[in-house]
Amino acid sequence: METKKLKKVDLIFDTTGCDPVNVLTKNVLTRKPDEIINDIIDSGLKGRGGAGFPTGLKWKFTKGEKSDVKYVICNADEGEPGTFKDREILEKVPTKVFAGMAICAYCIGAKEGYIYLRGEYNYLLPKLNKSLDDFNKKLKEIDLDFTIQIRSGSGAYICGEESALFESLEGKRGEARNKPPYPTVAGFMGKPTVINNVETFVTTIMICNIGVEKFKNLGTKDSRGSKVFSVSGDTPIAGIYELELGMTVDDFVKEFGDGDTKAVQVGGASGHCIPRKKFNDIIIGFEGVPTGGSMMLFNSNRSMYNVLKNYLEFFAEESCGQCTPCRVGCQQLLLGIEAVKHGERPASYLEELKKLALSMKIAAKCGLGQSLANPFISIIDNFKEEIIY
Amino acid sequence: MSNKMINLKINNIPVSVPEGTTILEAAKKLNFRIPTLCYHEDLSIAGNCRVCLVEQVGNRLLQASCAVPVSDGMEILTNSTKVRQARKHVIELLLSEHRADCTECYKNGNCELQSLANEYGVNQHIFIDLNRKKNYTIDRSSYSIIKDDSRCIRCQRCVRTCEELQGVSALAVAYKGEQMKISTFFEHPMFEVICTNCGQCVNRCPTGALIEKTYVDEVWDAINDPTKHVVVQTAPAVRIGLGEILGYEPGERVTGKMVTALKLLGFDSVLDTDFTADLTIMEEGTELLTRLKKALVDKQKTALPMMTSCSPGWIKFQEHLFPNLLDNLSTCKSPQQMFGALAKTYYAEKRKLDPKNVVSVSIMPCTAKKFEANRPEMRSSGYQDVDYVLTTRELGLMIKQAGIDFMKLPDSNYDSVMGASTGAAVIFGATGGVMEAALRTAYEIVTGREVPFKNLNITPVRGMEGVREASIKIEGCVPDWSFLEGAELKVAIAHGLANAKKLMKAVNDGTASYHFIEIMACPGGCLGGGGQPIPTNKEIRKKRAEAIYAEDEGMPIRKSHDNPEIQLIYQDYLGKPLGHKSHELLHTHYVPRKRF
Repeated sequence: METKKLKKVDLIFDTTGCDPVNVLTKNVLTRKPDEIINDIIDSGLKGRGGAGFPTGLKWKFTKGEKSDVKYVICNADEGEPGTFKDREILEKVPTKVFAGMAICAYCIGAKEGYIYLRGEYNYLLPKLNKSLDDFNKKLKEIDLDFTIQIRSGSGAYICGEESALFESLEGKRGEARNKPPYPTVAGFMGKPTVINNVETFVTTIMICNIGVEKFKNLGTKDSRGSKVFSVSGDTPIAGIYELELGMTVDDFVKEFGDGDTKAVQVGGASGHCIPRKKFNDIIIGFEGVPTGGSMMLFNSNRSMYNVLKNYLEFFAEESCGQCTPCRVGCQQLLLGIEAVKHGERPASYLEELKKLALSMKIAAKCGLGQSLANPFISIIDNFKEEIIY
Repeated sequence: MSNKMINLKINNIPVSVPEGTTILEAAKKLNFRIPTLCYHEDLSIAGNCRVCLVEQVGNRLLQASCAVPVSDGMEILTNSTKVRQARKHVIELLLSEHRADCTECYKNGNCELQSLANEYGVNQHIFIDLNRKKNYTIDRSSYSIIKDDSRCIRCQRCVRTCEELQGVSALAVAYKGEQMKISTFFEHPMFEVICTNCGQCVNRCPTGALIEKTYVDEVWDAINDPTKHVVVQTAPAVRIGLGEILGYEPGERVTGKMVTALKLLGFDSVLDTDFTADLTIMEEGTELLTRLKKALVDKQKTALPMMTSCSPGWIKFQEHLFPNLLDNLSTCKSPQQMFGALAKTYYAEKRKLDPKNVVSVSIMPCTAKKFEANRPEMRSSGYQDVDYVLTTRELGLMIKQAGIDFMKLPDSNYDSVMGASTGAAVIFGATGGVMEAALRTAYEIVTGREVPFKNLNITPVRGMEGVREASIKIEGCVPDWSFLEGAELKVAIAHGLANAKKLMKAVNDGTASYHFIEIMACPGGCLGGGGQPIPTNKEIRKKRAEAIYAEDEGMPIRKSHDNPEIQLIYQDYLGKPLGHKSHELLHTHYVPRKRF
């Protein structure tokens, strides 16, 4: 198994070696859209929101759709518990985000772009809008027919799910749509749409700046490049770090843990819980445990029952409520572990709940309900005693 | 849908279906039934209940067969272990959230969740009872519909019905997660909101969350009270729907058996709403001609196009959404209310009864009629004109409760007076029927000749298209109506309030130039009414419509003005259409209402 040693890098936030508009004019607009898309495919870049769909393919599919109108949408509805890196990116290097969207627009032939900003990040708006106005002007100067606007969310976690985001952006109730059709075919306003995470767009401008080969030198075969991590929990150095992909959890814990780390929750509340005994075996990346950036460390003082209960309360509230497995399943998992804890149901009931979680994983309408099994089963399996007693 | 054919396998059996077909439809072709809850043929696809899940070989996720179109080479399993386990979980989860005391539920025995639970042999108590933990409310404020959130499975069929078919959106989704519910505007009681009481949601609710407010017990009490004389009227569409509840296939005409059953139930007099449907034609037809005369000859400002007023759901819709067009509504009461007003006046006089001892019951394909009967305007006899309104379903229930073997009943005739009717009246039950009946009479008044259509069947106004228009040229007028010579009478018909909305917008925009518009609140007209047997779909409504038109053709008299009892009532009691007595008993007015 190919692994990399933990290495801090500075490409995402670097402003000295990368002038976004310059990269656009020199390295992007001078080449054909297909060449850029092939570069992005070749780079192995996978979506930084967590799901990890190959970015270049997404662009290629959207470019291939016949439609007069196409959209580029930046998903800045950063709602995953323990994730706060997009906020930092939007604060520090907003122009890189805009430029990434402009590359995409150039490649797929879109004229309009939207940033769907998490409602809680509205305080960023004055500064963001100012940078955006400057950028939109620059786009006119360099003759790229593309304009970006910002739209605010209203606080629902589900609106980070791409199709629910479209619904919300269209002024409707935020609820996941049936798939297919996928956004590349019918996304925002029913038109072919590329929707990428904030960091994904920044990474595309980075690739166009440093070149594909240099990017590919970073990370592993399945997880190319570097990634911004939001580190929180029982760590003396909580914060935001850009790291090369491909390190083991053990490596990560040695750097960020407090010496007493018993578990790391990788990928936020909807991610996987890795117990100490597996730190050495698991890579942080798409071949191991993928993450949208959230890394929560727990030391031996933490009750994993409370951790799980907290996640389940979050999901029971944040499910959109439309599909049965997610709406009712979340409530049942929550009440179920409480009942076991209080002795109202036998410990064997956890097995029933695990079966339910597995059903939710394959039966729920969208990623929210489907991903609940990740924390639920990984915490129950590895910390059963803490749940029961 | 394109012509391209897609080849796939379902349960290892190859099948070829047109591109765009869903997995559910393709499976049906192979006679594999996949269970559904949120799916309804009349509505858009939601894909939210997740009970129709199937396994696609090679795909980690199960697929909602109602929502996913087939693709080439697909291999689908509709009954794998994975599928059965997931479906069972879905049903068990729904039951954990649902007040599953089935014996106390009005829909017991006619509940889609209940039959699925039986089919899958689920363990109702495997999961924790969420129903008791929630503070569910039962909204009984409406005269027509009871909304019981504790029985709701959030399939949103009602929401889609109200929005897509009716253009009303009285019901919508509110809140999220565990709080998510189907709600009205700011959770106002049903009585206060824009709900038209059409009951289309009731027809499509898979459980007992939306039901009609039942008055069966009150009617039994009245029947059993020796001091009361209970008259019952039956609407046109009841006779072609009732059979479905009592063992017949859709489209069976059970008029004679129904009359026998009503007599066996103990009603003192079994009469026909069709009688007042004929009366409506006399009044409304005259009103239309009077309005045309006013506009064309007297050059007076007159509200045209005139619009029918038989459908109380439509009336309330108009009062909420297009109050500027209230003058366009015919002032005629609906046949039910004309009947009610006459039951406690004309009928009571004829039968030498004290009107205070007359209880007037109507059997309607409709839930909005329950509201209509309770409108304050509907007391022109000095009493509430119609005391109790039962749906077709409630009548079916009463017949079952009485232990009557309906299918073996002989036929009987309606009692008199107010029991005679025509073919023109019975077609009130189908969309376009009021228009056709009115044209049969008005054309003859104006020209002295029958309408120029074979067998009196005015086929251009028939059919199931949402909005239809037709025109009829008036030639050879009798002297009184010579001002209409050569005129082209333009008419339009819409059924389903979403279609009515389109038409009203066109009227308001000035892009529509009609003289007369017929609107029925429900898809298909009254035959698809909110009080008709459940289920409903296009096929069933088509069969009911065929039955209605067959009933018309089978009647000896087919024009309202030829009804001998109608001639009698004008001679003995009313004088002439739009006369003083008519005005007092048969006409009404409308009130603007709020938009939410």
